[in-house]
Amino acid sequence: MARYALRRVLLAVPVLLGVLLIGFFLMQVVPTDPAVIRAGPQATQEVVDAIREELGLNRPLWAQFGFYLWRLLQGDLGVSIINNMAVTQELSDTIGPTLELMFASLFWSIPLGIGLGTLAAYWRGSMIDRCIMAVSVGGVSVPVFFLGLLLIWLVGFQWQLLPFTGRGGPLWTWDGIQAVILPAVTLGGVFVGPVARMTRTAVVDMLTADHVRTARAKGLSEFLVVLRHALRNALIPVITLIGLQIGFLLGGAVVTETIFSWPGVGRLAVGAILSSDFPMAQGTIIVLSAGFILINLGVDLLYAVLDPRVRLS
Amino acid sequence: MTLLSVENLVTSFRTSAGEVRAVDGVSITVERGQTLGIVGESGCGKSVLSLSIMGLLAHPGRVTEGRVMLEGRNLLDLSSRQMRDVRGREIGMIFQEPMTSLNPVYSIGYQITEAMRAHDPKASNAELRARAVAVLDRVRIPSAARRFDEYPHQLSGGMRQRVMIAMALACKPKLVIADEPTTALDVTVQAQILELLRELQAETGMGIILITHDLGVIAEMADKVAVMYAGRVVERSASADLFDDPQHPYTLGLLGSIPRVDEDKTRLTAIEGTVPPPFAWPPGCRFAPRCPFSVEACTVSPPPLREVAPHHSAACLEAPL
Repeated sequence: MARYALRRVLLAVPVLLGVLLIGFFLMQVVPTDPAVIRAGPQATQEVVDAIREELGLNRPLWAQFGFYLWRLLQGDLGVSIINNMAVTQELSDTIGPTLELMFASLFWSIPLGIGLGTLAAYWRGSMIDRCIMAVSVGGVSVPVFFLGLLLIWLVGFQWQLLPFTGRGGPLWTWDGIQAVILPAVTLGGVFVGPVARMTRTAVVDMLTADHVRTARAKGLSEFLVVLRHALRNALIPVITLIGLQIGFLLGGAVVTETIFSWPGVGRLAVGAILSSDFPMAQGTIIVLSAGFILINLGVDLLYAVLDPRVRLS
Repeated sequence: MTLLSVENLVTSFRTSAGEVRAVDGVSITVERGQTLGIVGESGCGKSVLSLSIMGLLAHPGRVTEGRVMLEGRNLLDLSSRQMRDVRGREIGMIFQEPMTSLNPVYSIGYQITEAMRAHDPKASNAELRARAVAVLDRVRIPSAARRFDEYPHQLSGGMRQRVMIAMALACKPKLVIADEPTTALDVTVQAQILELLRELQAETGMGIILITHDLGVIAEMADKVAVMYAGRVVERSASADLFDDPQHPYTLGLLGSIPRVDEDKTRLTAIEGTVPPPFAWPPGCRFAPRCPFSVEACTVSPPPLREVAPHHSAACLEAPL
């Protein structure tokens, strides 16, 4: 188990390096000169050149990347071109709210998706199954921004039930909970459908498995048969999908944070890209990709917990 | 009292081709401490019969006629809650594929104690563990206490089948249904498993229904035999009588297709044709189209199962052969 975990962790390192490389070169192909942005519209050519020299932009690309990596290893992501704030500072301020939003979204959507999928699988072919699948197809089809705007308009604006801009405070306060509800429903809403569908397929598969028949022959109740012998085994493919989907959820977080003015990494990324704030944009890319890598690492480790064949091989 | 008697059982499946009777009027009895062998080719309804007895038929199958009497109680009248208490505690079941019939994600000890806990929810973990180790010991699994925490994929096929048997015996059932218990195992392991079943039967006095397509297994294990063909019992007798003096042409054909060391044959006799699928069963005797003895009357109505010798019945108009 420890060796399996170590191998997974070590495999994440080259992936992270690749992400850094791609993130760095993406910024190079954008047809905007950071030195010009930094200098401002009225600056003379000499000022722009001086800034270019100062930022190291006239050195060869590989040297720039090396320098960038070197500073990164020391925990230095540079400063914002726009407002001179340290990128690491901005990131550490915004990462908390993003994690909070992710947690609040997954907290209800994963159990709901798994529950609905299991119900649909158990009653497959019935009215219950068809209703659940119809709802989940709807959930998959609605874009995040549309669901968000709809909720803002209806719940926030028309009915004035819940706040819809910004973060109300930490999650353990009443204001914090109220403020997170709409963004979390929006972001989690697009998650329920895929999880429900995947769970349904996996559980339907498992319900016809020989070991489920064995469990019934032992005299277990249907509830235990489904829970312990069908759902438990079906979780392995479901967890894989959840891991992959959480990656898309990070993308969804960017949209959700923007429309709900949620002070997270996603909104920071959008702002940085729109204002050509290269160091900041790069920083957010690193954080979001590292999140994706960490989640997949978590999924790999969860496999081992769920499946003894992985753990012991 | 007879341990189990199945009387005129009909199990049908509603399909797009209409109602199909996979088991069609089957009657069998099992006594305590005895083994009833049920033999037939795949698709003859023997597994459906066992699932019907256990109440484990999957949709769209259901029992439409007949009775399943376990010590005088008709299991078909029980509620699903009551039937759950019967499964595992009064009737244990051993399945064919030890590879897939055990759940790969739980330790074998967990899977055995789970069966015990289902029927004895008040027992403590330590007590269940001790009992499960004892059962593993009884099915001759070496160093049972250590094996308790191992997973199915760490065991060989024979060991897994022993675990399946341990699970079926966990709550000391009166009757065990073994559905092709040795088919997936290699020959030496087969013999060990059959030997084990025989020993356990002698220890506990349980009745066994042994379902197989292998007449060799029947010869070795069964006290009585029922031969099934296309959903019906075509011959029923004591095991020895069946091999000495078969009374149904199908049984005759089955016996003719086994290689024997005491006969100098270069070719085995095969039964002509194939088993018809359930929706194409002929109206009379279902074996008639493949039967060398068939006469006009065979195709009119199904021949009843009648006694052709003491304790020996056959469903053939031409019997005794």
